[in-house]
Amino acid sequence: MKKIKLNIDNKTLEVPKGTTILDAASVVGIDIPTLCHMKLHDMNIENKPGGCRVCVVEVKGRRNLAPACCTEVAEGMEISTHSMRAVNARRTVLELILSDHPSDCLVCAKSGKCDLQEMAQNMGIREIHYQGAQSHYREDTSPAIIRELDKCILCRRCETMCNKVQSVGVLSTINRGFEAVVSPAFEMNLDHSVCTYCGQCVAVCPTGALTEVDETGAVIRALSDPSKTVIVQTAPAVRAALGEEFEMEAGTLVTGKMVSALRRLGFDYVFDTDFAADLTIMEEGTELLNRLGKYLGGDKNVKMPILTSCCPAWVKFFEHQFPELKDIPSTARSPQQMFGAIAKTYFADKIEVKRENLVVVSIMPCVAKKYESSRDEFAVNGNPDVDYALTTRELASLINISNIDFKSLPEEDFDQPLGESTGAAVIFGTTGGVIEAAVRTAYEIQTGKSLPRLDFEELRGMEGLRKATIDFDGTPINIGIAHGLGNARQLLEQIKAGESEFHAIEIMSCPGGCIGGGGQPYHHGDVEILKKRQKAIYSEDKNKTLRKSHENPHIQKLYEEFLGAPMSEKAHHLLHTKYFDRS
Amino acid sequence: MAEFNTHILVCGGTGCKASQADLLKTNLTKRIIDHGLHEQVQVLQTGCFGFCEKGPIVKIQPDNTFYVSVEPEDANEIVDEHILKGRKVERLLYKDPKTEEKVGDSKHMDFYKKQVRIALRNCGFINPENIEEYIGNDGYAALGKCLESYSPKEVIDLIKKSGLRGRGGGGFPTGLKWEITHNVAGDEKFVVCNADEGDPGAFMDRSILEGDPHSVIEAMAICGYCIGASKGLVYIRAEYPLAIQRLKIALEQAKEYGLLGPEILGSAFNFEIEIRYGAGAFVCGEETALIHSMEGKRGEPTFKPPFPSESGYMGKPTNVNNVETFANIPPIINKGADWFASIGTEKSKGTKVFALAGKINNVGLIEVPMGITLREVIYDIGGGIKDGKEFKAVQTGGPSGGCLTIDFLDTPIDYDNLIAAGSMMGSGGMIVMDEDDCMVSIAKFYLEFTLDESCGKCTPCRIGNKRLHEILVKITEGKGTSEDIDKLRMLSHVIKDTSLCGLGQTSPNPILSTLDNFLHEYEAHVEHQSCPAGQCKALMQYVIEDEKCTGCTLCFRNCPVGAISGEKRSPHYIDQKLCIKCGVCFEKCKFDAIKIA
Repeated sequence: MKKIKLNIDNKTLEVPKGTTILDAASVVGIDIPTLCHMKLHDMNIENKPGGCRVCVVEVKGRRNLAPACCTEVAEGMEISTHSMRAVNARRTVLELILSDHPSDCLVCAKSGKCDLQEMAQNMGIREIHYQGAQSHYREDTSPAIIRELDKCILCRRCETMCNKVQSVGVLSTINRGFEAVVSPAFEMNLDHSVCTYCGQCVAVCPTGALTEVDETGAVIRALSDPSKTVIVQTAPAVRAALGEEFEMEAGTLVTGKMVSALRRLGFDYVFDTDFAADLTIMEEGTELLNRLGKYLGGDKNVKMPILTSCCPAWVKFFEHQFPELKDIPSTARSPQQMFGAIAKTYFADKIEVKRENLVVVSIMPCVAKKYESSRDEFAVNGNPDVDYALTTRELASLINISNIDFKSLPEEDFDQPLGESTGAAVIFGTTGGVIEAAVRTAYEIQTGKSLPRLDFEELRGMEGLRKATIDFDGTPINIGIAHGLGNARQLLEQIKAGESEFHAIEIMSCPGGCIGGGGQPYHHGDVEILKKRQKAIYSEDKNKTLRKSHENPHIQKLYEEFLGAPMSEKAHHLLHTKYFDRS
Repeated sequence: MAEFNTHILVCGGTGCKASQADLLKTNLTKRIIDHGLHEQVQVLQTGCFGFCEKGPIVKIQPDNTFYVSVEPEDANEIVDEHILKGRKVERLLYKDPKTEEKVGDSKHMDFYKKQVRIALRNCGFINPENIEEYIGNDGYAALGKCLESYSPKEVIDLIKKSGLRGRGGGGFPTGLKWEITHNVAGDEKFVVCNADEGDPGAFMDRSILEGDPHSVIEAMAICGYCIGASKGLVYIRAEYPLAIQRLKIALEQAKEYGLLGPEILGSAFNFEIEIRYGAGAFVCGEETALIHSMEGKRGEPTFKPPFPSESGYMGKPTNVNNVETFANIPPIINKGADWFASIGTEKSKGTKVFALAGKINNVGLIEVPMGITLREVIYDIGGGIKDGKEFKAVQTGGPSGGCLTIDFLDTPIDYDNLIAAGSMMGSGGMIVMDEDDCMVSIAKFYLEFTLDESCGKCTPCRIGNKRLHEILVKITEGKGTSEDIDKLRMLSHVIKDTSLCGLGQTSPNPILSTLDNFLHEYEAHVEHQSCPAGQCKALMQYVIEDEKCTGCTLCFRNCPVGAISGEKRSPHYIDQKLCIKCGVCFEKCKFDAIKIA
C-alpha cells in the first residue's frame, strides 16, 4: 500500500493512501472532535455524511476548511487542527447547532450522555452568538421509541443504522433547508411504519432526539403498591453492560451486584431471564429436532431452515418484510415472554398470588422488548405476561434514583426457582449464542451421546454473516448466523429463492446481538466495548457448572411438575406463539 | 426549403408563447394561405431570439426585418403590407431608446450588434422541431467528423486547445474534464447533461434546449465517443415542459436518422440518450446531488472526491457538463480550436450567454464574447438603465455571485476578473440595479432563495444561512445594530469556509459583496433606521402634505385598511399605526400630495 507523508499540528507522519485526516490525526494522538461521524470498526458500519462540519481543519493552500472525517490525506499536506481559523469555525458551527437546539439539558433524558452537550462543554461554549428561530416538531411516541425531533441535529446516524445496517428503511431525511429532518415518510408516526423497534437509532443518536419510552415511574409505583407482588427478570446481556453506567470498565460482569441492587429496589423476587432461555432451548431445540427429523426423513411438507425467534425486532421485521416466510421461524416465544407466561401461571400458583396482583418487570438490553411485551397475544384478559420491560439504562436510572451506591454493593444470588440457569442461557446475549446453546442440547437429545466439547468456536465472532457445519454424530447440520437485519435480509432472500443451504439459522437484530442492543449503555461508536461485553458473556458461561440447558434442575422440575414435556399441549399454549402478516 | 423566397420566423420560446405567439403563427400561416403564398413564403416557429423584453418577436428573412411586441391581430397587416406590398409595418418596428428612431432590421439594433452567437447560433434561426434544418446548418457535421477522422484523444486535445471552460458556473476546463473521465478505466461510463438550470432569472439552458436541442444531442454523442460512454442522460427540471417536448422530438428524429443508436454513421460507436426529470431543486444543479437525484435518491450533495469522473451515476465514471457548454462543442469541432480560442480573453475563451434582467431597457438573452465590458453589455446591448435612472450595481452569478458597482463597469468580463471583483460568472444571470434598489434588500432576496433551496444536509448552510437571513430581516426592519453588521460578516466567512457544497460555500457572497461595496446602506438602516433607496417598508412612512392635499378623498376611498381619515376638501391624514405601506394612496393621488418619508 502506498504511503502518504504529511504533517499534522507540526507532527510528521506516514499513513497509507486513502486514510482520512481524522484517522491520520488519531495515529499521532490528536483527537479531532466529531459529531455526525461514526465508525464501528470491524462491523463495516460507517456514518460519514460530512454534514455537521464540526471536524473542519485548516489545510495549507486549500481555499476552504476541510472536513477531517471525509477528506483523504495527500502527499505533503500540512494540516492544523487547532489554528485560529479552524477553531473559530468549529465553535461557530457548534454554536449554530446549539442555536437550533432546545436548552433543556437539565431535564433531558440524554443529559450527561449527550455528545452535543459534552462537545459544547469541551469547546468552552458559554454563549450562543447567533440566536434565532428554532425547529419545532410534534413528539412521536410509539410502544418503544420516542422521537423528539426538536433535538435532532441531522447527524444522520439513525438513518445509516435504519437503512444501511438494518435495511428497514423507515428513517430518512425529509424536507429541505432549515426544515430538513429525519423522519418516516410523510412524517407518519413510527408505530404506523414498518419500524421494528430494534432501537439501533436510539443506540447511536448523539442527542436526546431518540430515546426509549421511560417506564421507570410505573415500576416505582408498582414497587410501592403493597397489594402487588413485583418480580423481576434480567436478560443475559444486561449483566455484561450495566456496570458501564456506573463508570466500571466495559466487560465487567456485575451479575451479583445487579441482583443485590434489584433486591434493594424492593423487588419481591429477583429472577433470571436465563432460566427462560434454558426453557427456550428445550422448546426450540425440540422443535428443531422434530422438524429436522421429518425433513431428513424425506417429509416434503417440512420447511427448512428453522429460524430462531428470540428477538422481537427480528420477528416484526419478517412479519413486515417477509410475511410469506412466517411459518419458517420457530414458534417458540422469546425468553422474556416464556418467563412472563410461566411466572404468571406456575410461579403465581406456587406463591398463591393472583395473576392481576403479580407484576412482572423485565430488564432488557433492548427497546423492542417493550413492544413485544405489549403484543396482544402475550396477555390474558388484557393482563400482560410481562408488565414492564425496562432497558439496561432505565435500570441504572432506577438505581440512581434510589440512592444505591452500585459499586459498593455486595454480590448476591438470584431467587429460586426461576433464577437458576446454565451457561447455555447466558450466551443468549451475544450473536451466535442462541444457536450454540441449541446445539449443546439438540446434539445430546438427538444422538443420545454426551457432547465431546462445549465450546463451539466456529459459531462465535463478530462477522455479520457466519456459517458452520456441526457434525451430529454423522449427520452434518448446516448452521447460519446473522446479526444486523441487513445481514438477516440476505439469508431470507436466499430462503425465498430456495437457495438456502442451512438447517438452522440464528438471527439477532442488533449488531453484536443483545450485547449491542438498543437498550444498552451507549457505546458512543466504540466497538471495543461490544467486544468486551461479548468476552464477559463467554467467561460467565465458562464459569458455570452447568452449561447445557437440559441439565438445569429447575427446568427439569418445571416439566415434571407443570408442563409435562417439551412441545406438550400446555407448553404449546404457554410457550409458543404465531406470527402475523403485517405487509 | 430552397423554393421559399421569404421566411417569417415567429419566436417559439416559452416567453413569447406565453404572449400568444402560437396564435400569431396560426394567423400568419392562415393569411399566407389565404393569399395563396404558401409555396413562396414559409412561416416558421423558431427558438428564442433573446429579445424577450419586446416579445412576441417576428423576424422576416431575407431582409432581417425585426418586429417587436407583435400581437395575433397584427398578422394580417404584416402579410398584407410587408409580404404583399413590400412595405415595412412601421409601428411594429423596434424603437431605439437612445435615438428614439425606428430600426428597420436586426442587424442595426444595438441589442444584436455586439453579440457573438456560438451557443445560441441556431436559436431564433431554425425550426427546432425539424432535424433537417439543423443538419442544413452544419448540424451533425461535427459528430461525423469526429467519428470519421479523429480518435477520442484527438477530439479531447482539440477541446482542450480551444480553451472551453464549463458554462454552468464553475469554469472547469471542459477538455480536461473529458480527458479525466476518458482516462478512468470502466466497463460502463455515462455522459450527463446538466439542464437543471435554477439561478433566479436565468434561462439560457432552457432557450438552447427549446431553440436548438440537436446541438446538445450532437455534443453529448461526441462526448460519449471521447470518454467511452454509450449512454447519455439529460437531467432536466420538469418545469421546462417545452424544452422537454422539443428535446424528445429531437431525440426521436436523431434516432430515426441514425444519429443516435447503434453504429452511428456506420462507425462502431453506439450512443443513446435518456431524459431524467428533476423536481426543481436548485441544489440538484450540483453534480453529485444531480447524480443522486437521477439514481432516485434524495437530491443532496456528497463530499468530493470521489468526483463523478471516477464514481458518478450508479458508481460509474460520469462526465457532467452543462447545456451551454455542450452547445459550444459542435462549432469548435467544425471551425477549429484556434477559431474558438481567438474569441475572448487569455484565460476565458469564446462567448458567454447572459440573461440580462432588472432595471435595464433591453431585457433578454444575450451572447457576448468574453472580455466585453459590463458597460458595453449594460449600455450598448442593454440600452442603458430604464427611465433614465442612475445605475447602482449589477449582480452576476446568481445567488452565488456578488454585486458589482460602477467602479467595475469597465472590467472585461471573464471568469477570473469577476472573481477578482468579488463576484463570479455563475451560469449567467445578470441583474441590473438602479438607484431605487436597496442593497440590503437585494442581499436578503438572494438569501431567501438560498434558504429555500438549501438541502439542509450541512450545518452552516442549514442553520447559518437561516441566521444570516434573520439578521438581514432585522436590519431591514430598522431593528439591527452595528454588532449585527459584524455578525453578518463573521458568520458569512464561516459559512463559506465550512459548507459542504458550492451552494453553501457561495451563499453569503451577495451579503459580503454588498457589505464591501454598499456598507453605507447597511449603516443607514442600522444607525438612522432609514433605507436610502426607500424600499424597506418598515422604515418608510407615507405622509400627506397639508399644503398640497385638496381633500379630494381619493386616497381615503382607496386605502384598503382604512388608515386615512379627513373631511372633504380639507387635508387628510394617514394613521401610521394602521398603514400597511401598500403604496396605493401614493399611486392614486393626483396632486402629488403624498410623500415617502
